[in-house]
Parts: sequence; structure tokens; C-alpha cells
Amino acid sequence: MTTHKDSFIALPAPAADRIYRPLALTPGEDLKGYILAKAGHAVLFAITCTSVLSVLLIFFFVIREAVPFVRDYSLAQFLTRSDWYPEAGAARFGALAVIVGSAYVTLAALVFAVPVGILAAVFLSDVVDFRVRAWVKPMIEILAAIPSVAYGFFAVRVLAPWMQTHWGFPTGTNALNSSIVLAVMAVPTIISVAEDSISALGPELREAAYSLGSTRMETTFKVVIPAAHSGIIAAVVLGMMRAIGETMVVWMASGNANQIPSPWWDLSQSIRTMTATVAGEMGETAKGSLHYGALFTVGVLLLIVTFTLNLVSEVLLARAKKALGKA
Amino acid sequence: MRQMRWYAAVAVLAIGSVAGAETLRIEGSTTVGPIADAFADYFKTIQPGLEITVNKTGSGNGAAALIDGRCDIATMSRFMKTDEEFKKAVEKGVTPVAHMIGMDGICIVVHPSNPIKELKSDQVRDIYQGKIKSWKELGGPDTPIVAISRDTSSGTYEGFHEMVMKKQDMAPGIEQVNANPQMHARVSSTVGAIGYVGMGFVDAKVKAVRFDGVEPKRDTILNGTYPLSRPLFLFTNGYPKLGSTIHKFVTFHLTEKGQELVEAKGFVPITKY
Repeated sequence: MTTHKDSFIALPAPAADRIYRPLALTPGEDLKGYILAKAGHAVLFAITCTSVLSVLLIFFFVIREAVPFVRDYSLAQFLTRSDWYPEAGAARFGALAVIVGSAYVTLAALVFAVPVGILAAVFLSDVVDFRVRAWVKPMIEILAAIPSVAYGFFAVRVLAPWMQTHWGFPTGTNALNSSIVLAVMAVPTIISVAEDSISALGPELREAAYSLGSTRMETTFKVVIPAAHSGIIAAVVLGMMRAIGETMVVWMASGNANQIPSPWWDLSQSIRTMTATVAGEMGETAKGSLHYGALFTVGVLLLIVTFTLNLVSEVLLARAKKALGKA
Repeated sequence: MRQMRWYAAVAVLAIGSVAGAETLRIEGSTTVGPIADAFADYFKTIQPGLEITVNKTGSGNGAAALIDGRCDIATMSRFMKTDEEFKKAVEKGVTPVAHMIGMDGICIVVHPSNPIKELKSDQVRDIYQGKIKSWKELGGPDTPIVAISRDTSSGTYEGFHEMVMKKQDMAPGIEQVNANPQMHARVSSTVGAIGYVGMGFVDAKVKAVRFDGVEPKRDTILNGTYPLSRPLFLFTNGYPKLGSTIHKFVTFHLTEKGQELVEAKGFVPITKY
């Protein structure tokens, strides 16, 4: 009590029946607050670190398991040959066909998903009534929440037989089937991110374009889309990551034939992807065997690709934000 | 007094958790899986409180799980491999003991609309090596053959690879599916398809052809005249303690109910009664 009376700051007299909190803190209280703030900071920092740490640990462990394989088996053969016979007497691990397979389904999925995604994003941000947008956008985002095994089931039980009977394909589980399903899965990501970056442009650009006599079409395609290009490319890259990392759908819908289609444009043939190979064969391999190492090397390749894509999308999104700041 | 009641509550809980939470973890073959499921369902009705999980991930995964101690019983449609699995098991202090619970025939199946009734083993091998590409070459319609295989962790694949392919590599264009039901779905919905499944998965939607002149049937499989017949196993770590739940489970196929269930799932019981 005495400290309060002696302090220079005039304080109201402490009432006996309630807890009184002075503005001037005692050294003890000051220290306690300081420690609490620091401790809270440290706890939150540690929590944040766990996710950063898990990324680093994933990199570390995947690379560690892949190192013996790269040392014992020719990396050149791994990357340039496509005979993958892990069970043969002299096991061979040529991963070219599965690398090409991943590239095929990813690129084909983008061919379907990018035009649809960007046009839908433009429609939602610039054309349609706000009330419709408020309904449609959450619906599209639900598409992203459907589990991939449900998509896979649809691909095998509905799309595959349909392709066989209507398009005369000998087999319905093929590159085209998985590309279409992957495109449907990538579209919500592309729409969502592209729409955000297009609507973030603000009305000034559009009004300027209209005032110069542009039609709505010209404004959209010559002003809005070019101005939002960084964000749109980032959206495409994010959609690409969704497609390349997807496992369950391609495992069920691609047919898993370890071959590069010939002729190269024939998407009606079965292919196999990197993700499906790892998922399908990991369970049976003995830890530390050559086969085990080969699958981890495939994993390292996938990590490198997705890491690069992620970096690209981060840079582009940052640039989009910066460009917006200038405008 | 209050403290005593507290102790009593703890004791009851402890006993309850020991008695109530007995679990049996079963993992392995997708072929043996349905038998294990049927056994598990029956065991749950006669022994309430018993928890049984049956994972169908392939024979190779079953062996790996038993060796790592992740399951109590491994279901396998092939024997454990001496040089890899057995050796590794012994190194880890696990003694795999086989309990043969029934017989199965790997059936070569085609779409029901396919007129082909019989295939020779070298014809099937040529199909899977990509040398025969159309059903026309075998006297059937002019449709391309879609050859479908199981993935390499399947015991059915191992059996097929050994008995039909004679351990030769398959062509790269062969499709792969990861379970018997998937194989069934693909073959039943694809006109030009050929595949192979355990006998329990043959029904009206897929047609099993005669292999080397022998029809896959109960007696041809049991006496071994069908070339692709094979025993089905449950593997345990050591012979289970007599009277334990594991022991009851791995000897259940010897009872009348057990034989009935094996047969109901489309497999052949080993005992002739």
C-alpha cells in the first residue's frame, strides 16, 4: 500500500472491497510480465517451428533413404531407361516411363483445367452478379474438399466403362481418364486463386479502360487478365501441384502400365505415374533394399519438382501483391 | 473408506480393460482376406468384446507386418520367401509358423461375352509378354487384348508370376490393379480384358477359362490337377499358446463351421468330410 502513496503519479485511493490494479508496476510485476511475454513468444515460436521442422525432416529422411540407391545404382540408367522390374532376378529400375507418365497426366490435366479455371474466374469476378458469385464460389470450393478416393471410384466405375462403350477405347483406365479427373480436381484451386487475384485489382483499372472506350470484352482480355497475370500463373502452378502430387486417383484410373505411350499423343493408353509407383510398391519392399531406395529416389524427384513449383508460385504471388501495391 | 472405493474402481477398470480390449490384428493377402473377415465376424459373435481388425494389403505386406510385430496373424496366399522374409524374421526373433487353412486356384478370367473357353499356359504367357495382342490370334473376335495384372506385392501375382510366367518379365504395357475386387471390376467391365483372380472372386460377371485343359473346380484344385492351385496360409509368430484366441482362430478352419465359411467364400476346404 505504501508504494502507491509514495509514487509520483496521482492515483485514486484504493478501494478495500475490490482488486486494484495500479498503472505503475512493481519490479516483481514488471519482471513477471516480461517473462510471460517472452515465454508466450517462445511457445508460439516452437509451435510454428514444428511445421517448418517437419518439412526439413521430411527432406532429410527421404534424401537419406535415397542416397544408398543413387550410390549403388546408376543414376543415368534410372533416369533414361524405362524398364522397371523390381522383382526380376536382376532387378532393374528404369524410371523414365513413370516420370514421363507423371508429366503426361499433369500437363494434359492442365490443358483441360486452365482454360476452364481462368474463364470461370473471370466470369465470377467481372461478369456475374455478386449474389450469384456468393453462391457459386463456395460450391466450387466444395469440389476441392471431396476425398480423392471418391474421384478414383468414379473414374474406375463410371468414366472407364463409359469411355470403352462410347469412344471405343480398348481400356478405360488410361492417361486420358486420369487427366480428366485430375483436371476436375485442379479446377477449384485454379478458380479460387485466380479469382482472388483478378478481383483484387480494384475498379480503377477497369474504369480507366471503360473510359477510353473499351468494351467489356476488351477490358477483360486486354487489361484485366494481363494485369493479373502473376496471380493467374500462380493459380496454374498451384493447380499443377495438386495434379502432380495426386496419388489415389492416378493409382486407380491410369491403368498403371509402365510404358510411354506410342505414338506419343495417344492418351488412350495406360500409363503409370511416380506417385502411384511409390504408393503401390512401398508396402512390400524390405527396408534398406535396392527397391526401397529406388522408390525413395522417385520420392526425392517428386519433392524437387513440387518444391520448385511451390517456389515459383510464391515468387509470382509476391510479385502480384507488389504490383498491386504500386497501382 | 473413500480411498478403498477408489482402489476398487481402479481395479475394476484394469480388469475390464484386460478382459474387454483383447484385440487380434490380422494383415495380408487380399485373397485370404474374405476368409479372415468371415472368421472374424463369427468370432465376434461367440466372443463379445473381442476386437479383430483385418487389413487386406497383400501377402508381402502381411509378412512384413508379422516380422515387424505389427500383426498377430499374417494372411498369405503364398509361402514366406526363404531367403528374404524367413531370414529376416529369424533375425528379428520371429518364428513364422504356417497354418494351411484351405486351397485356392488362380483362375484366368475373361469378359463373359468372350467366346474363348480354354487357354494354354504358353498362350497366357505370350499375352502377358505382349506377343499376342488380339483375341483373333486365339480364335476369338477381332478385339485388342487388355491384359491386367496384380501389383507386385500381391501373393496372387507371385503365384501367377511363378506358375504361368515361369518368372519371366511381363511386357511394360500390362495394366496393374491393386486388389482382387478391382481386378473383378476391370475385367467385368472391359470386353477385351484378361486377368487372374482367386477362385472366390469368380462369379457370373467374369468367366474363368479352362487352363491347359483343366477346369478350375473344387476337386481339380484339391487334388492338384488344376495347374494353378495353391494353398492358403495363416502365419503366426511361433505356434500359438494352446487355447488362446489366436490358437482358436488358426485352427478354426478344422471345425465344421470353419469349413463351411471357407467354402462359402468360394475356396476349397482342405479336409474331406
